[in-house]
Amino acid sequence: MGSILRFLKLCVLEPVKSGELYEKKAQIKLDNEKKSFEIPKIEKKDKGLSEEKKRKRRPNKEWRCIDSCCWAIGYICTIWWLLLFMFQCLPGLKVPEPPGTRLKREGLIALHPVVMVPGIVTGGLELWEGRPCSEGLFRRRLWGGSFTEIFRRPMCWLEHLSLDNETGLDPPGIRVRAVPGLVAADYFAPGYFVWAILIENLARIGYEGKNMYMAAYDWRLSFQNTEVRDQTLSRLKSKIELLYVTNGNKKVVVVPHSMGVIYFLHFLKWVEAPPPIGGGGGPGWCAKHIKSIMNIGPAFLGVPKAVGNILSAESKDVAFIRAMAPGLLDSEILGLQTLHHVMRVSRTWDSVISLIPKGGETIWGNLDWSPEEEHVCNSAKKMYQQDFDNNGNNSDSRRLFQVQEPTKYGRIISFGKIVSDLPSSQLQTLASREFMSNNSSSNSNAACKGLWTEYDEMSRENIRIIAENKAYTMKSLLDLLRVIAPKMMKRAEAHFSHGIAENLDDPKYNHYKYWSNPLETKLPDAPDMEIYCSYGVGIPTERSYVYKQSPSGRCNSIPFQIDSAADGSENGCLKGGVFFVDGDESIPVLSAGFMCAKGWRGKTRFNPSGISTYIREYKHKAPANLLEGRGSESGAHVDILGNAALIEDVLRVAAGASGSELGRDRIYSDIMKMSKKINIQL
Amino acid sequence: MSMLRRRKGSAAKKSQNSETQLDENKEKNDNHLQEKLNSNAANLKGNVNCNLKSKSDEKFRKKWNCVDNCCWFIGCICSMWWFLLFLYNAMPASFPQYVTEAITGPMPDPPGVKLAKEGLTVKHPVVFVPGIVTGGLELWEGHSCAEGLFRKRLWGGTFGEIYKRPLCWVEHMSLDNETGLDPPGIKIRPVSGLVAADYFAPGYFVWAVLIANLARIGYEEKNMYMAAYDWRISFQNTEVRDQTLSRIKSNIELMVATSGGKKVVVVPHSMGVLYFLHFMKWVEAPAPMGGGGGSNWCADHIKAVMNIGGPFLGVPKIVSGLFSAEAKDIAVARAIAPGVLDIDVFGFQTLQHVMRMTRSWDSTMSMIPKGGDTVWGGLDWSPEEGHECNAKKPRNNNMQTAGPNNGTGNSTSATGVKYGRMLAFGKDVTDLHSSEIERVDFRGAIKGNNLANITCRDVWTEYHDMGIGGVKAVADYKVYTASSILDLLHFVAPKMMKRGDAHFSHGIADDLDDKKYEHYKYWSNALETKLPMAPDMEIFSMYGVGIPTERAYVYKFSPAAECYIPFKIDTAADGGDDGPCLKGGVYSVDGDETVPVLSAGFMCAKGWRGKTRFNPSGMRTYIREYNHASPATLLEGRGTQSGAHVDIMGNFALIEDIIRVAAGATGEDLGGDQVHSDIFKWSERIKLKL
Repeated sequence: MGSILRFLKLCVLEPVKSGELYEKKAQIKLDNEKKSFEIPKIEKKDKGLSEEKKRKRRPNKEWRCIDSCCWAIGYICTIWWLLLFMFQCLPGLKVPEPPGTRLKREGLIALHPVVMVPGIVTGGLELWEGRPCSEGLFRRRLWGGSFTEIFRRPMCWLEHLSLDNETGLDPPGIRVRAVPGLVAADYFAPGYFVWAILIENLARIGYEGKNMYMAAYDWRLSFQNTEVRDQTLSRLKSKIELLYVTNGNKKVVVVPHSMGVIYFLHFLKWVEAPPPIGGGGGPGWCAKHIKSIMNIGPAFLGVPKAVGNILSAESKDVAFIRAMAPGLLDSEILGLQTLHHVMRVSRTWDSVISLIPKGGETIWGNLDWSPEEEHVCNSAKKMYQQDFDNNGNNSDSRRLFQVQEPTKYGRIISFGKIVSDLPSSQLQTLASREFMSNNSSSNSNAACKGLWTEYDEMSRENIRIIAENKAYTMKSLLDLLRVIAPKMMKRAEAHFSHGIAENLDDPKYNHYKYWSNPLETKLPDAPDMEIYCSYGVGIPTERSYVYKQSPSGRCNSIPFQIDSAADGSENGCLKGGVFFVDGDESIPVLSAGFMCAKGWRGKTRFNPSGISTYIREYKHKAPANLLEGRGSESGAHVDILGNAALIEDVLRVAAGASGSELGRDRIYSDIMKMSKKINIQL
Repeated sequence: MSMLRRRKGSAAKKSQNSETQLDENKEKNDNHLQEKLNSNAANLKGNVNCNLKSKSDEKFRKKWNCVDNCCWFIGCICSMWWFLLFLYNAMPASFPQYVTEAITGPMPDPPGVKLAKEGLTVKHPVVFVPGIVTGGLELWEGHSCAEGLFRKRLWGGTFGEIYKRPLCWVEHMSLDNETGLDPPGIKIRPVSGLVAADYFAPGYFVWAVLIANLARIGYEEKNMYMAAYDWRISFQNTEVRDQTLSRIKSNIELMVATSGGKKVVVVPHSMGVLYFLHFMKWVEAPAPMGGGGGSNWCADHIKAVMNIGGPFLGVPKIVSGLFSAEAKDIAVARAIAPGVLDIDVFGFQTLQHVMRMTRSWDSTMSMIPKGGDTVWGGLDWSPEEGHECNAKKPRNNNMQTAGPNNGTGNSTSATGVKYGRMLAFGKDVTDLHSSEIERVDFRGAIKGNNLANITCRDVWTEYHDMGIGGVKAVADYKVYTASSILDLLHFVAPKMMKRGDAHFSHGIADDLDDKKYEHYKYWSNALETKLPMAPDMEIFSMYGVGIPTERAYVYKFSPAAECYIPFKIDTAADGGDDGPCLKGGVYSVDGDETVPVLSAGFMCAKGWRGKTRFNPSGMRTYIREYNHASPATLLEGRGTQSGAHVDIMGNFALIEDIIRVAAGATGEDLGGDQVHSDIFKWSERIKLKL
């Protein structure tokens, strides 16, 4: 440190000093050098000396600033390297033994092939054909990896990641494709693991390339379009058949994550459906080839934050784009319109629509009711306390909260904080479709044309009416989205459906748009198959939003934004305009667990063959210190893939264990209670 | 100052670095302010007596000593480096091309662009089969010394680990001596996907150029497939261990199904040619030994096989590789990392380690010359005799074309080089007439007299099992032809050859209908198998010509035969003016630097031409030769007209041919044969029952 100070003195202060000196000397009308001539007048002896000094000083002065800089940089670098070197030489920090090693000692060895299905945004995308601006990026990753291209040519990057507005497929002249193989999603960015830890642990008990398969797909497309464009589903089918045959007729264990869960649900239906829209595997295909499906962080019933994302591109994060690169979406990079650009790009991605909450008011609650209403929102911290404290304390705090009005989660979007609390009778209720009436005047001006967010095609009037409608439940929200983004919804609703089936035998449910909705499909006839819902709990998760109209006037502004000033009481569920509920940071417990807890439990109409289901919850525990990285006990949506307990479960199942051997359900949350409250015909 | 610092931050690759830098910066700024205040106060004092200041200056100058100078120096270099790096990064991507064009004139359009303009689009799916050494291998399980290398490439990529932990690397790359499979506790597996062999090392393309050009006419991952396999193990073992053949079968079926019934175009390279030959037999053979695809599988799924640089009949340099680990290069390993195999790395036993490692790789034995004396020539004749070896010379030296007769030479001028003698001990032996050579048969010689001392034990080359007697016997036999080389290798490395014989065969079949030829060890030998019944299929043999290629060797005793390999190429043996084919102990012939024309072209020129017993359904064969032209300037890199074994993958003419076929053309559309060498003349001389 001392030397750094010295350097600073040298580099910056010297000129200052001499400048000041100069001023002072000006009073005596002698500058520095003249003075040095003066001195020799008095003492002749010194003259020679001082002239010598002068000669020395000349070169020295030039020496100073730049050289000192160089010197300092060198100094810093050397120290840096030294530290780096020492860090490398350090014997590896004591890492807790990975589960794979332990289980290997127990004698587990690779048995069933494993298929991994990555979720949204975690899979890499690479360029195969592009516009001239993307020169030199052939077969480089546009998504995943280091994302350097965003900074170098942001507009080009956005253009290439967008899909066509009309078709939801590639724009002409651009081909961006999913990276195949395990590398597709082992690391999202350097050092940020997704599947890598699971893969490594599987490898420890003997897995390798031949009995693991990463079912990478282009996560921007709607599920059926991955087959239309890339034949991804056919590929997956052929791969599973190959794995089955080459591993001695052992059924596969499928491990989908996040959106991959509904993608695989789609696959299950697709593969047994007759061609041309299906894979023609026949009704016994799943029973023959699949041992179990271990859904991790499943988004079965959708994700509320997808709504926020579509409405205002503002969800706290879509999976973790923002968490990864908080600066990325900020205004500086693309000028003022970052959010618009993001919105425009993400609205061309059909897959986002698959994540809109499904099941309407029956599942997600209405104006006055929601399955989670008794949830105790004292955030993550208190949750731990509850666990560690004894029961008495627990009931105490619960009583405390029951005094308050339960949070009305059913109102997924409400305009203004007050609205979110009002009893429904006092709400000004417009007929849900009323705001569709005057849809004529478009207030888009020419300058805004460049960005396609569909907002510019709406009149101010409409926007006001939307805001006045105050509170939206899941049902009216879909109508709202149809008004706000008609084109997008039209495109997407050809591929996805968000309702609940009345009669599953209705032939209309043979259409592929229903296949990814667990409430509108039957599970395949495979009584020996097992379905696991594994997810983290103990992290506040977005569930509903308080919105406000954004200060209008600017061209192109998105007319709504989350009212981040809306904050609940000290321990309330409302924080920064968002109501929180228990979950894994992205997916509420309800969405992840309901199907396994109730919808498919036993023999139901959704699960005609009575496939056994298991719920495996993993309590979130933040890493104790920074050295642990993302922790081995995390319950967060993506970090859970490094959770040792989860990995152990996956390994055991892959090595042949069944759900009952794992210990069946493992529940920390109120999922069973919540599910009970949902009245659904089974 | 801050300017500099900021630039550094942006240019430096380590982002953490810059983060910490920022912190430091802040800290410093704070200090900086404080200092300023302090110094202002001090200045007032300092003004009173300037002497004080000059004194402190002096004091400081003394401190500016050696360490500071070092730091300054490092800082200087770093800043320069970052500055250049910054410039480099800021440079538009097309800049190098611009410079190249400015110097050498406009580049021709890459074939993909040209053909896309002609209107060619995707039609048939394409399968690539990489050759030996070009495919990447990664670690899946290793000993403790390989910690942290999980799923990192041990082969291909930067080869950084060779330098970091050489012995560990050799240990992991070797296979088991007995089984030819993984040693216990080690799992090395091929990298899968196009990345397996697009680049061998950073910047050293293998398939990348071809892939890029195919992509221009619309190909992408779904209709291109890299059939990566572990090139170290024998072909059938890739199926036993990794089910690679099943995988290839399933993928080809998938691609045919998803592209609307369009058959695939297969593009194997180098050893991949043999591997795919094996595959074609395997896939139609009944399970369990074969793939059970039925006798029409190839006809139903394959449109054309476009062999690039295929060593159908083996590669002579593999002999010297196995014999003394000395081939000028096994494909590209040495070319790329000439230092790697040098003495320094593993201590003094580099070659032995390399030999031990390569001898554990069964696949190398698939490339031992096949067909014996019938194909490769006997003591006194060879198909290539009369070849003029000054092909490479005229470029720098305007020598007369007829080099051989300068009077002094004995009868060589008439017969030319005796290529048939693939190994000869002593240069004089290579020229003598066969009757004049005294040979002592080595086959009965007693091995023994183990001369290995304990220090050599850890290196397993089998040479110390031979003893002096054995070594001497080998040298006394003087001259080896292709068929006696097999005996020699059996004698020298019995264990290796025993393993290899279970998987490969090197003869010529008398009766192809013999039941024994249903065994998989014959499948990769073009002379012992029938091609599948697929009359519509086409076979192309594409290879470079015009580069001297190793064909026969002059050997000598290695001086200190104790710990070393007892034989060595006699690099002093030089033909001089009258024998330009001999250089540094190696006789060379026309070829692509690795595979002689004879091996690459014979099957398509004669063995399979028309309806023969090797090609019962009479599928059409085409020879496409590409004359080598080395790149004119360094800027061109490895050139677009190269004929060298690996560099040919960047040859525009070859790429154009492949793209045309992939887009639907037939061999006739390409223009049939394209021949520059004497392959037809040489093939004529080979007396083979057809």
